[in-house]
Amino acid sequence: MTNSLYVMITCVKLLLLPSYFSTDFEVHRNWLATTYSLPLNQWYTAKHSQWTIDYPPLFAWFEYFLAQIAAFVDIDMLSIHNSNYSSNATVFFQRLSVIITDFVFYYGSRKCAQSIASLVKSPKINKKKYMDEKEISIFVIELLLIANITLLLIDQIHFQYNGFLFGILLISISHILKGENYRGAFWFTVLLNFKHIYLYLAPAYFIFLLRHFCLKHGLRLALKRFINLGIIVLSVFSISFGPFVLNGQITQVFKQLFPFKRGLSHAYWAPNFWALYNTADVGAKITYKDLNKINNNSVSMTRGLVQEFEHSVLPSITPHITFILTILFMLPCLYKLWKSTRNPISFVRCLVLCGLTSFMFGWHVHEKALLLAVIPLTLLVFTSSNDCSMFTILSTLCTYSVFPLLFKPFEFITKSLLLLINVSFLYNSGKFKSLNHIEKLYLISLGPLMLLTEVGWMVLKFEQRYPFLPLMLTSFHNSLGVFYCWVKYYLFYIYN
Amino acid sequence: MHLYYYTMTYKYLIPLYLNKVLNEKLVFMIAVLFRWFVSLHDYSGKSKPPMFGDYEAQRHWMEVTISLPTTHWYFNSSNNDLLYWGLDYPPLTAYHSYINGLIFNNVLPESVQLHTSRGFESKFHQLLMRYSVLIVDLLIFFPAVFWFFRQFFKIKNNNQISQTMAIGIMLLYPGLILIDHGHFQYNCVSLGLFVASVANIFANKTILTCILFSMALNYKQMELYHALPFFFYYIGSVYETYIKYSFFAALRKLIILVLSVLLTFLILWAPYISDSKQIFQVVHRIFPLERGVFEDKVSNIWCQINIIYKLRNINNQTMATICLLTTLISVLPSCLDLFKNPSKIKFLLSLINCSLSFFLFSFQVHEKSILLVAIPVLMYSPQSPFICTWFVFITTFSMLPLLIKDNLLIPFISMSLIYFIVYSNIEKVFSKQKETFKLNLLRNLSLFGCVILTICSIVLKPPQKYPYLWPLIISSYSCVHFIAFLIYFNFEQLMLQIPKKKLY
Repeated sequence: MTNSLYVMITCVKLLLLPSYFSTDFEVHRNWLATTYSLPLNQWYTAKHSQWTIDYPPLFAWFEYFLAQIAAFVDIDMLSIHNSNYSSNATVFFQRLSVIITDFVFYYGSRKCAQSIASLVKSPKINKKKYMDEKEISIFVIELLLIANITLLLIDQIHFQYNGFLFGILLISISHILKGENYRGAFWFTVLLNFKHIYLYLAPAYFIFLLRHFCLKHGLRLALKRFINLGIIVLSVFSISFGPFVLNGQITQVFKQLFPFKRGLSHAYWAPNFWALYNTADVGAKITYKDLNKINNNSVSMTRGLVQEFEHSVLPSITPHITFILTILFMLPCLYKLWKSTRNPISFVRCLVLCGLTSFMFGWHVHEKALLLAVIPLTLLVFTSSNDCSMFTILSTLCTYSVFPLLFKPFEFITKSLLLLINVSFLYNSGKFKSLNHIEKLYLISLGPLMLLTEVGWMVLKFEQRYPFLPLMLTSFHNSLGVFYCWVKYYLFYIYN
Repeated sequence: MHLYYYTMTYKYLIPLYLNKVLNEKLVFMIAVLFRWFVSLHDYSGKSKPPMFGDYEAQRHWMEVTISLPTTHWYFNSSNNDLLYWGLDYPPLTAYHSYINGLIFNNVLPESVQLHTSRGFESKFHQLLMRYSVLIVDLLIFFPAVFWFFRQFFKIKNNNQISQTMAIGIMLLYPGLILIDHGHFQYNCVSLGLFVASVANIFANKTILTCILFSMALNYKQMELYHALPFFFYYIGSVYETYIKYSFFAALRKLIILVLSVLLTFLILWAPYISDSKQIFQVVHRIFPLERGVFEDKVSNIWCQINIIYKLRNINNQTMATICLLTTLISVLPSCLDLFKNPSKIKFLLSLINCSLSFFLFSFQVHEKSILLVAIPVLMYSPQSPFICTWFVFITTFSMLPLLIKDNLLIPFISMSLIYFIVYSNIEKVFSKQKETFKLNLLRNLSLFGCVILTICSIVLKPPQKYPYLWPLIISSYSCVHFIAFLIYFNFEQLMLQIPKKKLY
């Protein structure tokens, strides 16, 4: 059954081949060209395109291997001077590379669904019925993971390799769930060397492995395990970053990986705490000054390229502040994890909270980063009604918040129908039962919001006068929901 | 479907769970979604001057109908070159193009300008065209299907699958989706009207049936494939009334039938009625005898005979007569049986038999005409889902050469695979009996043959001497299946026992 599910999802992805793709397509094409045409010591220094490699070295190696295959498909896409090159063969190759690497994700989700289902203790009813429910829960978790609409929209339409990376994350989580901590740590380190955004989840890993693996029995064993873990982590890092250290380029690499030059919020504000903050700032401005001036300022803030942006009324935020806030708000849940009895469910919850907290307060967060919380949360759908309701709200919001990325008219039906189908599936399978009325109303309000921002704006002919407002409305509305989820889930975790 | 919950083994567990979760609304949304996915792909004749394809034909008709007065639509003139996609469908299609044209004229005027807009293509235009199909699909075909199965499941209760499954099987049928939303045509309109008229037969609403079927006929003349069963069903039931009740009851029934059909035709042909020249021209355009016995590689008898003996040697008049005679002979058993026992389930089977005979034997057949057979087969699917879906797979496969030409290979493969998986999960829910095992093997072999031929026609280059080798093999392969299915369905109809207490 699950095998045919893979075939089906792959078919859907193939059907999406001619969809719109964003500049990320060109970014990855350029990385293919860079890794193929230039020697190792120029990978992070090449300046021929604005899309320099800003992922860690393992990802660059991944692109290098892809490029070796791409050479057979269309050699022109590997030339560093062919910017914005998108022949049919190139599109086909790149899309297909995403679809094929997604099988890592399928593997990870199956492993995870199996290990989480065996962890959830059965209420003592007759054994046969329990077996049935277990099979169904494995299937549903797997379905919710691999048919994750957000991932589909981001990877297949917008174009990124998130499925493959989340697959590695899930493999790592499944090892931790089974108690194979070394393997879990290894895969997580590998993941970090593919994409460093997963650093958001690292504190939970660190605390869990330190407290519930190393410091479990006696000091000697602790030291031995700690050293072993250290060797694993360091060896992965040295393989990945070693060549660049030897070349003396390590500062350059890190400069590319952590570009603090970019603003607090992305061009379209991700629905986090700073979206609320920005909205408050705009609101304050409107109350102080006349309206016309504001429009001009706000346009530059929500549209256009990545840039630094000064708040006009509220104090401006620096990277340090966001960093401190993130750490500060992570501490309680990490403390709770430290104090909890060794329970992998608690670890997964802490992962979710770490992801959510960094999303709420991080510097220059993308809306896609919400997936860092949603994917681990999917595993907990059957653990408790609290987790389940949180998943329902967050996954819906997560999908909705990537909608502004897919703004082309052909994608309107695709994205709205996908969301509708997802929500009705969740509804039919009883996932909405655990929501209270306000939460239900909030989710329903997404419908009118979508109509207003996508269709209403065009009909009312407001897009000329207030082009920024739909985006602002969307991110304000969504950030309220995400903020609510964060607070509720945090309290649930602490007082559980 | 309660009885199936007893077999709670792992194999059936998940399909059963999905059966519980997926209700009609979800099936509806999924069907719309897949239509849209296919819409993202290329259409026929994309960027292929000078003639382009069916997409351009539809656009051209919008251009002609909004620029010229009604009486000029079917005539050749300096403004209306009939050799360049002249209108060759009945008036209702022309009216539909006219309405579409008015909308396009408001939204994107340059796409429907007379003369200058030939071969007009843009991303926005494609979006509008795709929307225009999706909207009529949602307005006509979807409601008709839902309505039909509601009526159908009211009457019969020895069905093997549930209403939701039947709707799913029908709405996800890849052939129609690929032709309407990929290749680009408005088959969903005429087929939707046809399904609605059959639904009305099941609901015993005679007048509505006549009106809807006349409209279907006036949208595409190919609906004539279905006309005979309607005729014999009603003649049979009039005769039955005569035997059972009285002459006047029968006469009253007959008059109602004739009047509703005539009135519908009169209204739809209103602009052309006044002048006999107009009528002849329209009829001449609709039934072009000069266009040969089949187009491209069709999986019917004549195309197969053509391999051995070139039919072009026979002149079209003779050929048309031969076609007519063979078709009549092959539909005769089914029609006479229906006349003797006008029951609803026999009527459905007769629809299959007649349309399949027409497809196999009649004159001027397109490969797309197989859709006219596939739809009644799908309507019959609750009675024998196994055979019906098998048939439907072959119909989709028989259109493969056309789809490859339109660059729709990926949607074809994806949609067929998805359809197969959906069906095999449905099968897990309903099939507990083991006697179909041998047939199952045969079905799998036949579908495996389709897979092999698909791969061959993509990968292997045909020899220089026979450039159309693969399309020809595909059409022969499908034709063999169709003949077998024709025999099977005829057998099924003739062997069907009519219950003593009839439901009519």
